[in-house]
Amino acid sequence: MAKIVGILNTSHVPALGKAIHLNLQQDPYWKPFFDGFPPIHEWLDRVKPDIVVSCYNDHGLNFFLDKQPTFAIGTAPELVSADEGWGIPTMPSFPGQEDLAWHIRDSLIRDDFDMLTCQEMLVDHAFTLPMALLWPDQKWPVKSVPVCVNTVLFPLPSARRCFKLGEAIGRAIASFPEDAKVLVIGSGGLSHQLEGERAGFINKEFDLKFMDSMVSDPEWATQFSDLDLVEQTGNEGVELLNWLVARGTVPGPMKVVHSNFHIPISNTAAATMLLEPV
Amino acid sequence: MNARPQKRTIPGAPIFDSDAARRGYALNKMCYTFNSKANRDEFVSDEVAYCKKFGLDEAQIKAITTRDVLALIRVGGGVYFLGKLAGGVLGLDMQDIGALQTGVTKEEFKAKLVAAGH
Repeated sequence: MAKIVGILNTSHVPALGKAIHLNLQQDPYWKPFFDGFPPIHEWLDRVKPDIVVSCYNDHGLNFFLDKQPTFAIGTAPELVSADEGWGIPTMPSFPGQEDLAWHIRDSLIRDDFDMLTCQEMLVDHAFTLPMALLWPDQKWPVKSVPVCVNTVLFPLPSARRCFKLGEAIGRAIASFPEDAKVLVIGSGGLSHQLEGERAGFINKEFDLKFMDSMVSDPEWATQFSDLDLVEQTGNEGVELLNWLVARGTVPGPMKVVHSNFHIPISNTAAATMLLEPV
Repeated sequence: MNARPQKRTIPGAPIFDSDAARRGYALNKMCYTFNSKANRDEFVSDEVAYCKKFGLDEAQIKAITTRDVLALIRVGGGVYFLGKLAGGVLGLDMQDIGALQTGVTKEEFKAKLVAAGH
C-alpha cells in the first residue's frame, strides 16, 4: 500500500530560480534560506520517497483566466517546465505518476471534489522550485502528481475546503494498492505582498503561529476567510492554502524533522518545514 | 436589480476579484502572451501597437506607457500577469515594483523588508 512518509512545505519565491541557476546558494543574501535544505537532503537520502504529490498554485502558465479552475490535478505522463515570462530558467521535465494521479482524481471526484483533469500540463516555479530545492542535481528520482489550487482569482477556495481536500487526498493515497513511499509537498508563502500601497507587507508573528499550528493544531488556520488571510499575511501570503492541503493529508499531530524561517527572500518571509508522521 | 452589497476592502491590498477580472481581461490576456519571447520582443518593438492588438483601452495603454503600477492594478491588472510584463519584459524585480508602488527608493523598500524580520 502507498504510505505518506513526510510533508515538505516550502516557499517558492521566483527569484530562487535565478539564484539556483547562478549557484548563489552560499551568497550571504541567499544562504540563510538554502541552509535550510542540507538536513532535508539527508532525510531524503535515508527515506527515499518514490512519489511526490505536490500541492501548489499556477501563476498563469498552465492556466489563464479564460479557464480558471479552483482545483486541478495533473494526470499527464510528463510535467513540463516552460517559459513563464518571469525570466526563470526552465528545468528538465518531470515524470508524472499516472497511476496514482488517476487514482487520486477518481477518488476525489467520488469524494465530492470537482477536480479539473489535465492530461497535458505545464508546471511553473511553484511546482519546479521545491523540486530543485529537494534534488539540486535536477535528476528527479521520483514521479510526481501535481495538485493545483487557485490563488489567482478571488474568491479563493476557503482554507477549510483546502484542508478537506488534503484529507481526501490522504484517503486516496492510503487506498492506492501499490507499495510506494509518498512525499507530499505544500508550496508557497509565507507572508508576502507584491501589489498595492501595502506592497512589502510581512507578518512574522502570524507566520510563526501558522508554522507552529502545522505540528499539532493543523486546522487552526481554517478559521480564516480568504480576505482574512490577505489582511494577515498579504495578498500572496494566501499561498499558505497549499500548506493546508498538504498538511490535511496526514491526520493528527506530526513531528518536525527540520524547519527554517528567514526574512526576507525577495519580498517574502521564506519558510521551509519538513514533517513526519508520528 | 438591487445594488450589490459593499465589498470588504483591505487598505493597500487590492483584491483581484471578479470585477477586476472583468475589467482587466484584455490587459491580462496581453500579459499572458509574454510567456513567449517572440511576443515579448514584439511588444518591445512597438508597445502601443501591441496593446491595441489586444484591445486595451486608453486608460490601460496609458498605465503601460507611464509604467504606473498602481494604475495598472486599478484598470484590472492581476499581479501575476503584470509580473510577466514587469519582470520578463521590463527587467524590473519585485523590489523595484514595490518601491514604485510605495513611493520610496528601492534601497528604502529593501530596508523595510529586512526590518520586518526583526
